[in-house]
Amino acid sequence: MNQFTSVHVIYLLEAARWTLLLSLIALLGGGILGLALALARVSRLPVLRVMAIAYIQIVQGTPLLVLLFLSYFGLSLAGYRLDPLVAAGLSLTFYVGAFLGEIWRGCIEAVPRTQWEASDCLGLNRFQQYTHVILPQAVRIATAPTVGFMVQVVKNTSLASIIGFVELTRAGQIVNNSTFQPFLVFLFVGAIYFAICYPLSVASRVLERKLHVAR
Amino acid sequence: MTYKFDFSFLAERWPAFLEGAWLTIQLTVVSIALGFVLGTLCAVLRVYGGGVVRRLIGGYVETIRNTPLLVQIFLVYFGLASLGLKLGAELSAIIALVINVGAYTTEIMRAGIEATGKTQLEAADCLGLSRVQTILHIVLLPAMERVYPALSSQFVLLMLASSVTSQISAEELTAVANVIQSDTYRSFEVYLVVAVVYLTLSFLYRFGFWLIGRVLFVRRRRIGAAI
Repeated sequence: MNQFTSVHVIYLLEAARWTLLLSLIALLGGGILGLALALARVSRLPVLRVMAIAYIQIVQGTPLLVLLFLSYFGLSLAGYRLDPLVAAGLSLTFYVGAFLGEIWRGCIEAVPRTQWEASDCLGLNRFQQYTHVILPQAVRIATAPTVGFMVQVVKNTSLASIIGFVELTRAGQIVNNSTFQPFLVFLFVGAIYFAICYPLSVASRVLERKLHVAR
Repeated sequence: MTYKFDFSFLAERWPAFLEGAWLTIQLTVVSIALGFVLGTLCAVLRVYGGGVVRRLIGGYVETIRNTPLLVQIFLVYFGLASLGLKLGAELSAIIALVINVGAYTTEIMRAGIEATGKTQLEAADCLGLSRVQTILHIVLLPAMERVYPALSSQFVLLMLASSVTSQISAEELTAVANVIQSDTYRSFEVYLVVAVVYLTLSFLYRFGFWLIGRVLFVRRRRIGAAI
């Protein structure tokens, strides 16, 4: 039987890079989708609003694990090669998009009404209002909750292990299969997640305090 | 390439889905109830306890909130077993879920407790209530009322997250689905059905929590305003 050695430690740390990459993909994809959803959510067209609400309700009411299975098996139905990274990236994008969409909608709506009216008076069109007046202020409000939500994203990438993508949790299972020391291995895996997530949690709190004082 | 959707397995298997949903309800209601008690207790100690206790609970909350549920479940199920404490899959699942939701409840309830008005506490003092009486009769229920929306949506999230316990073969909805899809080879359709069941469950839970809120918070029911 193998002992848990520095080789395993290095293997786990290397696998953590895939966790980070997957988190990044989810944040980028989810960020783009989330922005679109947030804008649709505050749109003047009822159709867009209803569609965005329906999407958010459905995705937020379904477990990420089931979304993961749906993209994994759905991709194969659509005739693509089964690639766990693509399936995981896709489902995380759908998932993160729904949550960021709802968070960012709140941030856009938190920009005072008078800002809309003032920019109206200046003759800005809707697009200019967003890019020059509303979004820059909304971004400021959104920073703290978004950083806080990144913790959820990093933690949720652990589910990709279930469809066989070798990120941190899956690597932990593999190491455990050869060392039979699950307590030690998963404690270490948990510690790596903690090392990634805790700074984000702290940053979110600090940002919240700072931006709150500034207002 | 065209794919023909085939939901014919439903004709035979629909009771299994319902049974799976029932198992998930049982698993999560127990976990939520116990987790709520644990979290409320920790929140009270976090606010009113001594320095060491506060720090310990702070550490517990931060540890749980910054690590994935899946790893927590593996630690309880495989980790404890390797240390000689063999728990069944269901018990391990419940323990992990309780510890997890307990941490989130602590943080949410703490916010509610800390928002208690100073005058409320002074009034309780004047009435000669003891510390414990004050917390039980003055602080807790209004604190819960303040954070009830956050609390109930956290509980719905836990219900959805409980799908992960299928990975240690705890019996619940996703585990049932895994069996059905390996029997029928209709993976996509099976998980589509499961998604609909979870969606229904989450609406059911939200409605349930709304009802509980109506019963529990008399003031909100009578004058339609929160505190």
